[in-house]
Amino acid sequence: MENTAQLFLLLALSPLVTGVIRTLKARLQTRRGPGILQPYRDLLKLFRKGVVIPETASWIFTATPWVVFFSTILAGLMIPMVAADAPLGLMGGALAVIYLLGLGRFFLALSGLDSGSSFGGLGSSREMTISALAEPAMMLAIFTVAIGAGSTSMTQIAGAAIGQTWRFLAPAQMFAFAALALVLVAETGRIPVDNPDTHLELTMIHEAMILEYSGPYLALLEWAASIKQLVLMTLLINCFWPFGLQPTWFGFGALQGIGWLLAKLLLLSCAIVLLETVNAKMRLFRVPELLAVAFTLGSLALISTFLF
Amino acid sequence: MLFLSGIVVWLAGAAGSLALWRSPALARRVGCGAALAGSLLNLAASMAALFSASPTFIGLPFGNPIFTWAVRLDPLSAYFNVTLSALAAAVALYSFGYLREMEGRRNLGAFGFFFNLLLMSLALVFTASNAFFFLVAWEVMALTAFCLVSFEHEKEKTRNAGVLFLIMSHAGTGLLLIAFLVLASESGSLDFTSFHLLASSLTPLQQGAIFLLFLFGFGVKAGIVPLHIWLPEAHPVAPSNVSALMSGIVIKTGIYGMARVFFDFYGAPPLWMGSVVLGLGVVSALVGVLYALMEHDLKRLLAWHSIENIGIILIGFGAALMFRALGQANLAALALIAALYHTFNHALFKGLLFMGAGSVVQATHTRNMEKMGGLIRRMPVTALCFLLGAVAISGLPPLNGFVSEWLTYQALLAGFGTTQSLTRLMFPVAGSLLALTAALAAACFVKAFAIPFLALPRSEPAAEARECAPSMRAGMAALAAGCVALGLGATWFVPVFDPITQQALGVRASAALVMARGWALSPGTAHGGTISTAGMAIFFLLAGAAFALPLAIRWRRRSVKGPAWDCGLPGLTAENEYTATAFSKPLRMIFSALYRPRREIQAVYKVSPYYPSAIRFESEIEHSIEKRLYGPMRRRIMAAANRMRGIQAGSINLYLAYIFITLILLLLFGVRK
Repeated sequence: MENTAQLFLLLALSPLVTGVIRTLKARLQTRRGPGILQPYRDLLKLFRKGVVIPETASWIFTATPWVVFFSTILAGLMIPMVAADAPLGLMGGALAVIYLLGLGRFFLALSGLDSGSSFGGLGSSREMTISALAEPAMMLAIFTVAIGAGSTSMTQIAGAAIGQTWRFLAPAQMFAFAALALVLVAETGRIPVDNPDTHLELTMIHEAMILEYSGPYLALLEWAASIKQLVLMTLLINCFWPFGLQPTWFGFGALQGIGWLLAKLLLLSCAIVLLETVNAKMRLFRVPELLAVAFTLGSLALISTFLF
Repeated sequence: MLFLSGIVVWLAGAAGSLALWRSPALARRVGCGAALAGSLLNLAASMAALFSASPTFIGLPFGNPIFTWAVRLDPLSAYFNVTLSALAAAVALYSFGYLREMEGRRNLGAFGFFFNLLLMSLALVFTASNAFFFLVAWEVMALTAFCLVSFEHEKEKTRNAGVLFLIMSHAGTGLLLIAFLVLASESGSLDFTSFHLLASSLTPLQQGAIFLLFLFGFGVKAGIVPLHIWLPEAHPVAPSNVSALMSGIVIKTGIYGMARVFFDFYGAPPLWMGSVVLGLGVVSALVGVLYALMEHDLKRLLAWHSIENIGIILIGFGAALMFRALGQANLAALALIAALYHTFNHALFKGLLFMGAGSVVQATHTRNMEKMGGLIRRMPVTALCFLLGAVAISGLPPLNGFVSEWLTYQALLAGFGTTQSLTRLMFPVAGSLLALTAALAAACFVKAFAIPFLALPRSEPAAEARECAPSMRAGMAALAAGCVALGLGATWFVPVFDPITQQALGVRASAALVMARGWALSPGTAHGGTISTAGMAIFFLLAGAAFALPLAIRWRRRSVKGPAWDCGLPGLTAENEYTATAFSKPLRMIFSALYRPRREIQAVYKVSPYYPSAIRFESEIEHSIEKRLYGPMRRRIMAAANRMRGIQAGSINLYLAYIFITLILLLLFGVRK
């Protein structure tokens, strides 16, 4: 029951979040933007199209979209969205979520190199580099959160957060939040690390890896990217701002929980849009400095857990 | 009895293949067949010993006071023996096909001889329960391994690597000898049972000295940084089936030795010892993976990853030692399980990857990845097996590497709450650096799989590569199946550690670790998270069968093959492809403080530099540890050796005088009472 509900939420809500962010960004830049439903139309269109598979590619090329899509979905079912109880919480906690997303990324990077196009290789190389550098900061932040909750289980982390609504104001939590937020920017490929709207050879990362994809396979990958973004945003939200998180999925509470989730997602989207609009994309070799900042914030978070 | 028959089969195989050296085909079959049979017998014996209640002593009616045949299969020995024989069986199977190419060109009788002796000495190293016997087996192992590494001895590089291995190995044995002698003089016996908890009764200074002697003595063999320099030289030059054994199990003898000393000879060691091991583990893991990223020699890359994985194992050991010092037996058991689990896993996937590399090298006649490419179409089974190994070693779910790395993280996480001192900061820092290591390893294996196997072939031999022999495929498939089984069956595997942790720490941990009727694994701590690799696999299978398969079939009808789009540039050639060097370029720039890269570009042109007719590109990184640590040391040793030359006059009278003086000195100072 809650499996299905959360699965539906993941599938249905993720393009909306992408659409909202795009529209808000357009408005902030005094453009009209394509409307918040455009990602749905894009997906629908792509699913109806034919597929062109590069002659040089192997079975890795067609298997990758499925691996990426399913591992992202599975990671999504391991996090608490509406209720503190994550539907597949028994299958894995925070670490499993990170490593499942890592599995998807591994295959995506392989498929980038599969066609032999040098743009794909460029994207894979950059993606693996940046994600590797983001990892220590992410792990420190998760350690901080897990130490506070006494567990890496998402259900317990969220449950501990419900008990202390205002805990996110504690210095350790604030630092951890900042570190995770920077990691989120890097992992979802947003400005200033990567530009999701670009197709300029010199700057693209995620787009370069999926350059050779078309039709339904491209749709799967785009959808998976939206879901990954939703998963990471929800992770950030529910670990630090547990407002309105329900103890279980049942009854009227669930509707209330969904309402709260949407409100918090909107708030976070606004923050992302603001960040994307006031910043320019960074040079690739300045990204390590940004991630070093995230690592420092993570270390500060950890040290403050026993200073305050 | 089974164990002894395994030893006998190996000995017979060694003798038989040596006797048959004139008929290579027969020597090959006898050598590999005996290795396989001996491994299976040993597997059965050690499995039985692992699950039996009391340690099995296997005596033979011979020996003298110093050299006794003392073999004991206690749980720890049995576990390492299971690891050995599982890997060795697959490698022996693989060798049937792999050695075929060498028939008539090399002495396969000698190969079979050393191969079987190596397996036998490994089994004895893991089971010897007498210090002298242990060191004898240890030396036989080192010498047979040296002979196998130097098998292609006509190349100078191979000879140099073999000699370096021999020198380092003997330096390590020297340290071990001193440490064992100190223990023996304390207990009055060379028997391992008399060493039990003995080290903890020594003075703190002695304890520390012995600990460091053992750590570095075994550390040389395990390849911990900074004692690792022989490993990336020796593993790649060996024949690939030997590389699989070297990386899979020979370096694990160092790990076994440490486990034996730390968890048998020591009671509760002081906290600093655990911290040292943890620190060395983190450094080894990071240094290993960072240098692996810069390699484009496929086998050297894998060798550097062995150093990385030894580091991960040591992180678990270090944490276990620290927990023991802090009086946390349950957590110590968790960390020990993580380390030993990873030991087995590494044997499986590293053996698999080296065998895969061996098939590829045999098919393309090069170890340079930049000359491979597109092999997934020519060698589909090798490619699939190598891919599984790559996913497993990168610690990605749901395979076995993920399970042991997850257990390591959980141990580190729980460590933070065990003490109030600043030492506890070591745990999360180690955890975050382990995360960096794992992510860099994933990056490295994207390279190691994609460059040789995907896209267009980069050379003529790669374009005409042929799939390897059926026995080689079977050997790889067996280990790939092992990686899957130990990943998905984690909860069924964990009870295996109960006898080991019971013996070492007095705790049986599996009941707390296995949850939800065997469907989920938990760290056994109060609020631990859980994972279910089997559940993940079922999810993937169900989702794949229900959605991916039918949709993929439907979309296939709509799909056309076309040239790669490549941003509209027509005519994709192998020269356009991303290379391994290019792939690791961002990391080379980011970590340039460590690598100190040097590159040289020379363009040859006739009219203008903008129209070069040829370009020469050279790029090199510096191996700082070799250069800055071992360089001065080597110079000093050579200088000392030069000075020592004076006493070697070549006159027999002088040498007799030396012996006489030594004897007098020994009588004066050596003999007390």
